[in-house]
Amino acid sequence: MSADWRDYVRRIEELAQRSGLAFHPVDFEAVPDSFMMEIAVYGLPVRMPHWSFGVRYIYQLIQRRMGHSRLFEVVFPGNPGHAYLAASNGLAENILVTAHVLGHADFSRNNLLFRRCQEQVSEHIVEHAANHARQIQQIIETHGAQRVETVLDAALALEQHIDIDQPLRRERYPEYLEEPKVLADDSFRKRFAALDPVAAGTVEAKKRAPVPPHPERDLLWLVANYAPEMESWERDIFLAVREESFYFYPVFATQIMNEGWASYWHARLLREADFIPQQSYVDAVKCHSDVVRPIAADAQVSLAINPYHLGFSMWEKIVERDGLEAARHIMEQDDDFAFVRNHLTRELADELGLFRYSARSDGQIKVLEPELTALHEAVLSPKYNFGAPVVSAQHVRTDGTLELVHDSGTDGRGLDLERSRKVLDYLQRVWRRPLVLTTVNQAGSTLELTAP
Amino acid sequence: MEEEGGNRGGQSPLSAAKWYELFSRGARDWLRHDEKVREAVRANLPEIIAGGEVINDGARTVRVPVRMLEHYHFRLRRPEERQGAGQGKAKPGDVFSDPSQQQGPGEKGAGGRDEGEVQLLLEFKVDDIVDWLWEEMQLPNLKARVGPSEETDWTREGWDRRGARSRLDRRRSFKELVKRRGAPGATPTFTDEDLRFRQLARRKQPAIHAVVFFMLDVSGSMSDRDRKLAKTFFFWVVQGLRREYRSLETVFVAHTTEAWEFNEPEFFQVSGTGGTVASTGLLKVREIIDARYNPGRCNLYLFYASDGDNSVSDAAEARAALASVAADTCFTGYVEVSSGLSRQLATETGKLFAELSGAGCAAGSYALNDFDDVWGAVRHFFSAESQAPEGP
Repeated sequence: MSADWRDYVRRIEELAQRSGLAFHPVDFEAVPDSFMMEIAVYGLPVRMPHWSFGVRYIYQLIQRRMGHSRLFEVVFPGNPGHAYLAASNGLAENILVTAHVLGHADFSRNNLLFRRCQEQVSEHIVEHAANHARQIQQIIETHGAQRVETVLDAALALEQHIDIDQPLRRERYPEYLEEPKVLADDSFRKRFAALDPVAAGTVEAKKRAPVPPHPERDLLWLVANYAPEMESWERDIFLAVREESFYFYPVFATQIMNEGWASYWHARLLREADFIPQQSYVDAVKCHSDVVRPIAADAQVSLAINPYHLGFSMWEKIVERDGLEAARHIMEQDDDFAFVRNHLTRELADELGLFRYSARSDGQIKVLEPELTALHEAVLSPKYNFGAPVVSAQHVRTDGTLELVHDSGTDGRGLDLERSRKVLDYLQRVWRRPLVLTTVNQAGSTLELTAP
Repeated sequence: MEEEGGNRGGQSPLSAAKWYELFSRGARDWLRHDEKVREAVRANLPEIIAGGEVINDGARTVRVPVRMLEHYHFRLRRPEERQGAGQGKAKPGDVFSDPSQQQGPGEKGAGGRDEGEVQLLLEFKVDDIVDWLWEEMQLPNLKARVGPSEETDWTREGWDRRGARSRLDRRRSFKELVKRRGAPGATPTFTDEDLRFRQLARRKQPAIHAVVFFMLDVSGSMSDRDRKLAKTFFFWVVQGLRREYRSLETVFVAHTTEAWEFNEPEFFQVSGTGGTVASTGLLKVREIIDARYNPGRCNLYLFYASDGDNSVSDAAEARAALASVAADTCFTGYVEVSSGLSRQLATETGKLFAELSGAGCAAGSYALNDFDDVWGAVRHFFSAESQAPEGP
């Protein structure tokens, strides 16, 4: 690790502030590559243990062996933010990465979605997640790894199923239906009462409200609060997973904007930083072009879009066309859905060579007509609903049976039955009562999966 | 960021080491995954021992290819046609085949997407698998026959006042000293009277030696597949018996209308032509027992694999030979390998063995039609064997 890049951090920060970036202070830390990899795998520097992270870890190891991906930095929003830099970065890379991190810090402090989630979760997500990990470690010591794993199997399987439009800390549903309106005591009622004393004299007893009173998308919350026979430590684990999901959502839902914004700023700050030695500048520019490269060097086309490149190109266009003030405004207000739908124009899509394709299951790819709104949706569709099918809890029956419904109308097709059964199995072990999941089959007719 | 280790002087390397340099969560969770895979493999032992390919000749391990486990989430069904967005030089109407998955550089690993592809090759110790099998089947362990054995061994027995220096029992000698010192006027130091030496005596050892005869019908009607079925079965039988006996000898006999003894590698390569005369094989076994083994000193096992088409004219001879062999063996097993035809032991040879077990001898038969049945066969023979009455 070279100590040199630290000398530049302060100067790059000053330059960034002069350029209008407003960010919380950031703690920079250089860490070994192995730790970088773990952060990428877990999504947080310290997180609860689960075997599924082990699977991702091995895939990362394999990818790295094959030289596919390399991580330069991982940054966590907060006050202060935490940036982890790979110890193997060279000076030029670290200068670039520092500027990049400040772009992220500016974004996460000012973007509405990030701000809202940070207000609810905390400005110290790194410490928070480490706390969860410690709590879960304690639970493991009391209740055993096996039981904790069973709960985490279920909770992490549902990690995308939260309702971001509801607050993190929610009240339980009202226990009873609202009181029926007191009927006006007018002459009509008097005459009506005279007709049939039974009908008029009914005093309606308080009625229990159904649970949930409306379809509930926040499955983690519903299970934690309404599972008939769950231990309190099991509920705690569900809520810990849910809290981390609330943190992950804005990262997921603004990836194109966020990475683009950071790339835009590292490029711009680098251009303006006259204090950087010539050689480092050249190296850093080369590094930049590697990161925002849309297509692998030896390929003609890519079937995935590099969010760095797309976001970067869009922000350049926006700043060029409308000025920095307007760009900052967009950065504050939008998420990827609004950003792509409103600002990915026909001209830019052509310029970047974006296209829409359909892939058959035999691997044949066909490029489709360039239709702009359809292209927007093709870019965005992996991001709908936190990347998960729309499954909501419809009803908890009096015997405790949980009815789940998949909204196949929104998603366009039914669930993968094999996987859904497995998820129901996970969930059944903590819900401890029967589960019913409704979706559609290949032919489009309704299908019920049950567990056990 | 000031507390960063490495660039500050005067700090010892140890205190500068951060926790993440000493501990890998990824590796911990990976190990847990590995454990889960092993549990899953263990739960599916029948399928694994059935795979004829897994047996690794010579090595005491079995290799099992396994897929990575998937942590399941709700997912949409795979569509016939998937739509996506790409980038590059492509015109509407272009058709090409899917180039290998490309990822933009610097992109964070999209872990959890196409994870079904990596296969692991896990190696299991045969001993472990056999242990699991035994647990799984909940079989009482085989009882080694403790016969009137002529084998003897030295065992420790008693003490004496004289003996080799190396056998001096210090604790015992010291006790003697303490006892003697209790008496008035005794010398306080050790005398020769106090010393005690451990003694050895010759004792007869129970017979813990086993010989397994594998007899295979290699007549023209036995196909390669039949032989392989038999081999897989024999492999697990050896493992099961090896668990019980310190030394296990194997004898391989193949027969058509004649019989020969083979060594192991040759045995499974042998193929013959012509008819089936089981009595030749059985007589060969008889001959080997008489020449080399004393039934009083070792536990003899015979496993015979055949398609069951014994020549009708051989019935009387085969019956006699079988009875003579069975009298000396702890257990006699017959597997009928008849891929395709499942005649369920209604064959000549099948009848012979049915008679034998009907007569109260420790014998069993099993029809092995497919690799899936290997598991059942192992279970069948070993539960039968352990419940069988003690041999004569």
